[in-house]
Amino acid sequence: MSTSVTFEKATRIYPGSEKPAVDGLDLEIAEGEFLVLVGPSGCGKSTSLRMLAGLEDVTSGRILIGDRDITHLRPKDRDIAMVFQNYALYPHMSVGENMGFALKIAGVNKSDIDARVLEAAKILDLEPYLDRKPKALSGGQRQRVAMGRAIVRQPQVFCMDEPLSNLDAKLRVSTRTQIASLQRRLDTTTVYVTHDQVEAMTMGDRVAVLKDGLLQQVDTPLGLYDKPKNAFVAGFIGSPAMNLGTFCVEDGHALIGEARVPLPRSTVGALKGDKVQLGFRPEALVLSSADDAASFPVEALVIEELGSDAFLYGNMIGDDLRADHVVARIAPRSVPAKGAKVWFSIEPGRLHAFDVESGDALPTD
Amino acid sequence: MSSITPPVIVETDEMIAGATAKDRRAPRVRRRSDRSVGASVALHATLLLATFIALFPMAWVVLSSFKPASEIRRSDIQFVVDPTLENYRKVLFDTNFPTWFLNSLVVAAFTMVIGIAMAATAGYALSRFNFPGKRGLMWVFLITQMFPVAILIVPIYTIMAKAGLIDTKASLVIAYCTVAVPFCAWMLRGYFDTIPKELDEAAALDGLGPFGTFWRVILPLARPGLAVTAFYTFLTAWGEVAYAIAFMQSDDHYTLGAGLQQFVPQFSPRWELLTAGAVLITIPAAIVFFFAQKHLVAGLTAGGTKG
Repeated sequence: MSTSVTFEKATRIYPGSEKPAVDGLDLEIAEGEFLVLVGPSGCGKSTSLRMLAGLEDVTSGRILIGDRDITHLRPKDRDIAMVFQNYALYPHMSVGENMGFALKIAGVNKSDIDARVLEAAKILDLEPYLDRKPKALSGGQRQRVAMGRAIVRQPQVFCMDEPLSNLDAKLRVSTRTQIASLQRRLDTTTVYVTHDQVEAMTMGDRVAVLKDGLLQQVDTPLGLYDKPKNAFVAGFIGSPAMNLGTFCVEDGHALIGEARVPLPRSTVGALKGDKVQLGFRPEALVLSSADDAASFPVEALVIEELGSDAFLYGNMIGDDLRADHVVARIAPRSVPAKGAKVWFSIEPGRLHAFDVESGDALPTD
Repeated sequence: MSSITPPVIVETDEMIAGATAKDRRAPRVRRRSDRSVGASVALHATLLLATFIALFPMAWVVLSSFKPASEIRRSDIQFVVDPTLENYRKVLFDTNFPTWFLNSLVVAAFTMVIGIAMAATAGYALSRFNFPGKRGLMWVFLITQMFPVAILIVPIYTIMAKAGLIDTKASLVIAYCTVAVPFCAWMLRGYFDTIPKELDEAAALDGLGPFGTFWRVILPLARPGLAVTAFYTFLTAWGEVAYAIAFMQSDDHYTLGAGLQQFVPQFSPRWELLTAGAVLITIPAAIVFFFAQKHLVAGLTAGGTKG
């Protein structure tokens, strides 16, 4: 049943606004793929999803499901099921009625509806609750009913709009895994919207990062992590975030405070001015000493001990430093004291460089 | 609109502190809920007076309805000396009261049904759809409320006359709808606004069109709002006098409001009939209210959405 989804230059401009909420989105989602749309609030990710679901008009461009142009079809003719952030269960219907409602509208006979609802309820552990009203359920159970309502329909595409954001932290982590494994099992093409990059990284086959209505990059989670196309993606993906700062370049070396960090030749070749924006992930920093010319001192402000990891949050010490704050992953259980001065250097090959003006990635090979 | 939260009495630290302080015979600390004697007396006196003012006319009407005609005009205040049901018998069997009652019932029922149907659909459109003239329409609904009936009677009479509707029940139903629908549409719009829009969207994805969504998802959740609307439209029509007198011309077309006036002409008014009739006409209103209030439950939309 599963099929591909294609956005072709899909654009949405809200009435009364000049700026598109979604600007020329080009995106191909393969059959059975789990694609996550991620970005900060207002980036157009929900609007993109709602365009696919038929809840927002498409101002220009096309959206296809398989070969079918669904750009201007009504929501019910698109064969799509959606899970809403606030679940949107029908409060006056029981769990079973909620899940079977779409089939009832479609005129499926009652015994078939009951069979399919029961099957979905088994998958989601909802069997004991089929006769209850939504208000008698916990948040996690309501979330599962919303999922159940979607899977009962056996649609071609699932749309999920931040379905986990109303759950508490612990439940969110376990439900995250359940949704991902359920999707693998059903093999239904899924478009999933979230603002949480951890969800994006852990759930998606591929992740599309949006900002201000523009698609920034689509790649596998690791692809985004290792090869961000620009400084925005670099800073958005990863937790804690990548350290980003702008530094002067002199003789092929970036001046980070007292340190002179050699830049790859390709980076220097691509530079447009005498400044470069550098990025390095917390785990790319290694403890070093003052003797190393490429190391820079950091004053430790806060140490977060997580047991398996520890993160050091500190300020770079030195004149003329733009990237004041630095996060570094350090070995747990033997951490420096607060206020201590620690030298770090960047592990070779794990440096990201970006153009100061455009933010585009520069080659670092 | 009907959520009445019972007062929650929380034992605060202050109260506990107050209690222990008293045990130790320390100077009495006034607890949060304490009032001075003077304030209590003044408060209760005011409340009693307000209650008396509110209830006295009704009590007087009920008492009078059981008095014989000869007693009813005595000005000295006294309770019923010689209670009788004669007034009720006369009203029900010797006058046109049953006909008027039936007329009123028909007019009020039609006003209620048509009024709700129009107000609910209009309110839903105002709540959910964007269309040209939406703001204008809402202003019109408000502005029409501002004209007093006295001003509207003549033009509406002219319209009814031209339409050949004078002395028909339809004229009253239409006139009452002009009063009730704009107000109820505003009110229901407010109620529909409290129902999350995601439910409409979920319904659209589940295969319902706009009317199906309205009928199968929104209306069941708007029961409290509809109940209030029903009661309001019913009352608008039930006791109305001004339009009824103006439009209805033959005695057996009168509704109750117009008919009861016949009992109290300027000379030799028959108060005993009026009071008995007045008591009788409260019964259907009470019945409608009884059914309406059953639906005045809070929390119908609970559990549908979170956040």
